[in-house]
Amino acid sequence: MSAESNRAEIGRAGMRRQIKLPMTKAIEIALKSIKIRFWRSIITAAGIFLGIAFFTSVRMSGEFSAIQRKVIEAKRDAIAAGTLKPTPEDIRQVNSLSADKAETQAAEMRLKWLSIMALIVCTVGITNAMLMSVTERYKEIGTMKCLGALDGLVVKLFFIEASFLGFLSSVVGFVLGWAVISLIRLITDGLEVFGAAYWLASVQLLGLSVVVGTVLTFIATILPAIRAAQMPPAAALRVEI
Amino acid sequence: MRANEYVVRTKDLVKEYTMGDQTLKALNGVNLDVYKGEYISIMGPSGSGKSTLFNAIGGLDKPSGGSVFINDVDMAQLDAQELAYLRCHTIGYIFQTFNLIPVMTALENVTLPTVFAGMSTDDGVERGIELLNLVGLGERLHHKPSELSGGQQQRVAIARSLANNPSIILADEPTGNLDLNTGKEIIELLKRLNRDQGVTIISATHDLKMLDVSDRIVWIRDGKIAKIEERKDIDIRIGEMEGQGEGLH
Repeated sequence: MSAESNRAEIGRAGMRRQIKLPMTKAIEIALKSIKIRFWRSIITAAGIFLGIAFFTSVRMSGEFSAIQRKVIEAKRDAIAAGTLKPTPEDIRQVNSLSADKAETQAAEMRLKWLSIMALIVCTVGITNAMLMSVTERYKEIGTMKCLGALDGLVVKLFFIEASFLGFLSSVVGFVLGWAVISLIRLITDGLEVFGAAYWLASVQLLGLSVVVGTVLTFIATILPAIRAAQMPPAAALRVEI
Repeated sequence: MRANEYVVRTKDLVKEYTMGDQTLKALNGVNLDVYKGEYISIMGPSGSGKSTLFNAIGGLDKPSGGSVFINDVDMAQLDAQELAYLRCHTIGYIFQTFNLIPVMTALENVTLPTVFAGMSTDDGVERGIELLNLVGLGERLHHKPSELSGGQQQRVAIARSLANNPSIILADEPTGNLDLNTGKEIIELLKRLNRDQGVTIISATHDLKMLDVSDRIVWIRDGKIAKIEERKDIDIRIGEMEGQGEGLH
């Protein structure tokens, strides 16, 4: 297409044509953007996965305490029914259970509080990491808009990037937190608590951690990205950080 | 002069910035007509409103008053989709700071606008290689901006601005970050594109080297056009100066 013919097309009719970015191309650009800024992405991801690892570990120790209490309660019932011949260790466990009813409740409260704190720390960590990664790219966003990118297209690129980074980091974060706590419990409590209840709790927590991590990353990225995309390109290009 | 010979027209263009309780008029009633195929330089000291005019003509910022017509279309009437189309197809931008996407290679930077324009990857890459050859960077297709010198980065930016055959190239201080010789090369390249491809070039600058190649020079002062000089008038003036120089001997 010659320059001349293109120029002739540009009139009112020509303006109607649309700017589009196919999804495959958008994914390619977004992934490339993560890959090329590898170390930067790792640091951003660290903000997410450490938060999620902390969240997971706190929740997981809570789950372990609950499972352990259930195991001991089951033993107590079995002893009462006469179906289990208690060892001295079992008796010690059952005694500690009945003695510390109030303390158990207090421990539960502490754990709940810790779990909320973990979530807040996680939110701040993720927001901080993602906010920074969008802010340092205002100029890039402005440039893309000069080249004909629509607001939605810019947001789409960040959406893909955030979903990918958020999902992957959350999974890694979960595995980290889960493995560390499980290992500690394995050493301190032995195999007793690693039953069906443990695996069920693990899977549930995996779901929760991934959803929390991905959604938080998503929100922390999309809001500043939308703000940047809606700026006039001149303003986005002017931003200094 | 027939109206369709204008590629850009501005009418009573005003841009105000509010700083605290003060209102600053960066543009204060600018009327400028640019002919097709012209090489025009907007000259003026920093803070004179050059860049503001550049942003208004390029649709990068909304003016506070007045209108900008690109190919007889009032830019204020365009919706976001149409404005994006205009930026993609009709106008190519060159900046003082190059503004290449740092994570992309030279070729990917040049290809990006063709992706937005819906061109297939193969066609886009072919076009990108052709353009990088045109600006003399055929050997550096896969270099990142950080691996290129300032002059080379600006060449990539020029190739990128041409990606979708624009009718206008807007250049904001294109030589501002370059040394004397590299700046000259870039100016020559722009002039060559102007001459060979017939693309209109509007350049905001305070680089006097630009005077040599410009068809017209628009002097801006305090948000207003102070004077517009034709190329031939400048030739005469330079001639006069040379003549006086000889007279002194």
